[in-house]
Amino acid sequence: MDVLRITFLRIVYSALLLAAVVVLNFVMIHLAPGDVADTIAQSMGGADAEILAQIRADYGLDQPFIVQLGQYIWKVLHFDLGSSYYYNRPVTELILERLPATLLLVITAQTLALVIGVVTGVFSARRPNGFLSHLVTIVAFFGHAAPVFWTGILLLIAFSLQIHWFPVGGMRDVTVTGGFWAHSFDVARHMVLPVFTLSTTFLALYSRLCRASMMETLGSDYVRTAKAKGLPMRSVVYKHALKNALSPVITLAGLQFSAVISGAVLVETVFSWPGLGTLAFQVIVARDTPTILGILFFSALIVIAGNLLTDLVQRLVDPRVRTGQ
Amino acid sequence: MTSKNETGPLNAPTLSKEKASSPLSEAWTKFRANHSAMVGLFVLVLIMLGAIVGPLLYPTDPFELVWRPFSPPGADGFLLGTDYIGRDLVAQMLVGARVSLVVGVAAAIVTILIGVAVGALAGFYRGWVEEILMRITEFFQVLPTLLFSMVIVALFGASLLMITLAIGIVSWPAVARITRAEFLRIRELEYVTASRAAGATPAKLMLKVILPNALPPIIVQAALMTGSAILFEAGLSFLGLTDPNVMSWGQIIGSNREFILQSAYTVTIPGIAIFVAVLAIALVGDGLNDALNPKLRQR
Repeated sequence: MDVLRITFLRIVYSALLLAAVVVLNFVMIHLAPGDVADTIAQSMGGADAEILAQIRADYGLDQPFIVQLGQYIWKVLHFDLGSSYYYNRPVTELILERLPATLLLVITAQTLALVIGVVTGVFSARRPNGFLSHLVTIVAFFGHAAPVFWTGILLLIAFSLQIHWFPVGGMRDVTVTGGFWAHSFDVARHMVLPVFTLSTTFLALYSRLCRASMMETLGSDYVRTAKAKGLPMRSVVYKHALKNALSPVITLAGLQFSAVISGAVLVETVFSWPGLGTLAFQVIVARDTPTILGILFFSALIVIAGNLLTDLVQRLVDPRVRTGQ
Repeated sequence: MTSKNETGPLNAPTLSKEKASSPLSEAWTKFRANHSAMVGLFVLVLIMLGAIVGPLLYPTDPFELVWRPFSPPGADGFLLGTDYIGRDLVAQMLVGARVSLVVGVAAAIVTILIGVAVGALAGFYRGWVEEILMRITEFFQVLPTLLFSMVIVALFGASLLMITLAIGIVSWPAVARITRAEFLRIRELEYVTASRAAGATPAKLMLKVILPNALPPIIVQAALMTGSAILFEAGLSFLGLTDPNVMSWGQIIGSNREFILQSAYTVTIPGIAIFVAVLAIALVGDGLNDALNPKLRQR
């Protein structure tokens, strides 16, 4: 089968998946007891039935459920996610404003975790009982067992509050003046701790898998043949074995996108990173339904796009997947 | 898990009666030889003892204001010090252990029940049942787990029951996939065909014939799920999405977070507890994996 057709089918399927996510989230929020009218009434210190009905009419909450769902889907199809109750602004605008910060954090952390994971994995595969190999195992257990928000707080205490290497939180320092590079450097400085915190959770996972898969590949027949015909070890490892050993690591990285976003919510909260996670927390507590739905929509979109991308990369890297084997 | 497992879950096909030491005791022998797994088990038992007996031996109310705030560990007779409003940290840790462990285990059970049910049906019936169930599984894998459970807990009420269900609802797909893979493999084995020919009903085939042999990877997964459910619960309570009348390790960290300059220990101590508990569970899970995996056992 040709790559284009499969890719097209995958995209159609992903769109269906996304539509299902929209419907499920909408249904779930409407099943929940209470609505935004109650929240508003609460913040006003109580309201009578008439006012509640007025608020519900204003937000279109008095319509039958099916009508509301239909209207919502119709609007989503036109890239309109409604208006935030809490911020009084279009949800799309609100989210697109925060999205780049989250993407920057998530993509940098994933990339860092993958690169370091693969490099340490390859090295420890070549010396399975060496120092690095044991270190990787220890770090792997740490990354698995330590709550990510706790790691973040510890790093914050150590590197921001005690020795002042990095800023305490946020993404930018408003006092920084200068050109593009000065600002980039500023953002980078703010990024170090959150990115490092987030990648600790995944780094070890990738490293361990890469080590295992590399060791398996290094023991296979074609690698022995490559060695036997006198290729230098370096070329055997990097040109022959690594290509094959990478495949499961890429698959795993694709499956981790949902977990990375979950981690990002916590890390953003710890470092007051102005992304989707901190926004999500505010609007969930405030019961700002349109924004909650919007955030769930966008985060599902990120996960699906991540999976799709992984799939494509996999097809490009691995001919066995490309031919549908 | 099944109501009648008089043969024991790991006991199904034994060929000769004389030689057979029960696979369960074989697995235990193997597990006992694994030092790190035994250390994990020991630590886990200690934590459980602390959770069960601790609050009885140390009856201070974890919500009561007993002393001035930010009293460091060891000072003024408070072993772990006091938190930001002067509550005893030892009492909080002991009661918190109960919540963290109970939610962890309960959420793992919910996860396993949903995951095994979906995976077993998909792997056993194949065809359109498998197609539909696996699409649903994929759908749940796309949902951002923490965000989705945050929404469930915030909207449907922050009770421990809801937190447990929320964790289960977002975590089961991995279990379903593993169970399905096992069922797909085992259903083709000859002894299953024999049972089928002998007239076993589908329910009997699934629960009594195939499931016992599919259990080892599911048990390992259950151990790992308990660990990640504890982390999950900690994350939710760190964000404040928990029952405010219930003390848990994550909640101690969350409520003291603003005051880390005055009292880093209020964050460090419960974090270490979570870390040690999850690590112990992971070591036990690793040990179970080695002990239960027949391929590894042969070496």
